[in-house]
Amino acid sequence: MAKYLLLKHYRGAPKAVNDVPMDQWTPQEITDHVRYMGDFAARLEKTGEYVDGQALAPEGTFVRYDGEGRPPVTDGPFAETKDLIAGWMVIDVDSYERAVELAGELSAAPGAGGKPIHEWLELRPFYTEPPTITE
Amino acid sequence: MDELLLRSLTPGVLGVLVRRGADFAAAEDAVQDALVEAVRVWPDDPPRDPKGWLVTVAWRRFLDASRADAARRRREDVVDEEPAPGPAPAVDDTLQLYFLCAHPSLTASSAVALTLRAVGGLTTRQIAQAYLVPEATMAQRISRAKRTVSGVRFDQPGDVATVLRVLYLVFNEGYSGDVDLAVEAIRLTRQLAAAIDHPEVAGLLALMLLHHARRAARTAPDGSLVPLARQDRGRWDTRAIAEGVEILQAALARDRLGEFQAQAAIAALHADAPTAEETDWVQIVEWYDELARLTDSPVVRLNRAVAVGEADGPRAGLAALAALDDSLPRHTAVAAYLHERDGDLEKAAKLYAEAAGQASNLAEVAHLTRQAARLNALRSR
Repeated sequence: MAKYLLLKHYRGAPKAVNDVPMDQWTPQEITDHVRYMGDFAARLEKTGEYVDGQALAPEGTFVRYDGEGRPPVTDGPFAETKDLIAGWMVIDVDSYERAVELAGELSAAPGAGGKPIHEWLELRPFYTEPPTITE
Repeated sequence: MDELLLRSLTPGVLGVLVRRGADFAAAEDAVQDALVEAVRVWPDDPPRDPKGWLVTVAWRRFLDASRADAARRRREDVVDEEPAPGPAPAVDDTLQLYFLCAHPSLTASSAVALTLRAVGGLTTRQIAQAYLVPEATMAQRISRAKRTVSGVRFDQPGDVATVLRVLYLVFNEGYSGDVDLAVEAIRLTRQLAAAIDHPEVAGLLALMLLHHARRAARTAPDGSLVPLARQDRGRWDTRAIAEGVEILQAALARDRLGEFQAQAAIAALHADAPTAEETDWVQIVEWYDELARLTDSPVVRLNRAVAVGEADGPRAGLAALAALDDSLPRHTAVAAYLHERDGDLEKAAKLYAEAAGQASNLAEVAHLTRQAARLNALRSR
């Protein structure tokens, strides 16, 4: 088994095929999209491949240490940040091929006009524990 | 076996152990062990006196644990003789436990966790599931909380307001996992109301019942939010409403108004309207004025602006809104709603979309985006 992170971006991914902002969809299209996402996660729970999924609010803050006895410095949010993560799903699957298959299904979530969004999802393998048997 | 009955005995049993001289942290562990044992044994061999059974088993567990701990050997001599059961001050013990678990030295999250375990009788695993954190994390939070209050004297009177704050937080969390936190909060508040005669405890209980009554109507079958005005009022729980109103009226008659009674009064006025159009917004604005005097909370003034918009028209609502800090949570959503009522659909759609970007949960994001989409679809027709 191997764990993969499916990353969804607000910004930073290549442009989706069906790239219409959500507030330009019909209310029913939004409902259908939300249901598709929920059903997808529920199905992976049933197959025993779901680990975690979270969605992130669009605005965040950058924070860094500013020296002994001083409060941390904060900056942002930056409207021009190129890469902005919207959320993730962690899956635990048998193969890279299976991970690609699932990411493809998630990318087919319906959008404007009820047609698949074809959005680009980023697929990243987790580092694993070192194997016990090494030779 | 009735799990709720079992859990309702928890604070009383724990109180007996603490009064016998057991320290709170060890007594709490022993009571949890006894609860687990009860779940195992009672279905086949129900006790005649459930509380007495729990006290006996918990006390034995406590002694075993104390003996096992070599460092506590000295204390063993003190506690080995089981004291004769005296008159049981069950009610006072329960109340003291609420105070202890909501002690001001605890952070809100610690107080919530400790209350659910020591007063509610939930297991660490159930609490962890309800708050979506790993069990080990919740176990640590609870044991740190117990250490924090270990020096607090059990018979010290506490502040009811801190207890109410904790119960309010539990109620507001909704639910996940196999424990319904809203139901649990109502149970704990009911138990508190039985232990102490206090109008604000009654006010909070009424507030919870009146909001809980709307739960079935609050979400559509697809999980989306249904705002108050669009809810099917036939699906409201009329028994919970009747109980909430009765409790509230008795509390208000005492003439010691507090914020929870005022909030419950607003919820009662909504419950009283057969349709959204028949809502008595003028009276609701008056209650918000009362509430603003009691709490001076910006959230109250934001909600008041909505009520003003309904009572005196959207322009009046927007004027009330203009006086508030626009960085308040939901400020943009309220502005969107009032502009829609005022007929400016373009501005409203833009504000709804903006509000969706600021919302703190996915259900609200979807709801606000849907509002924007609805208006955009109307405008493009």
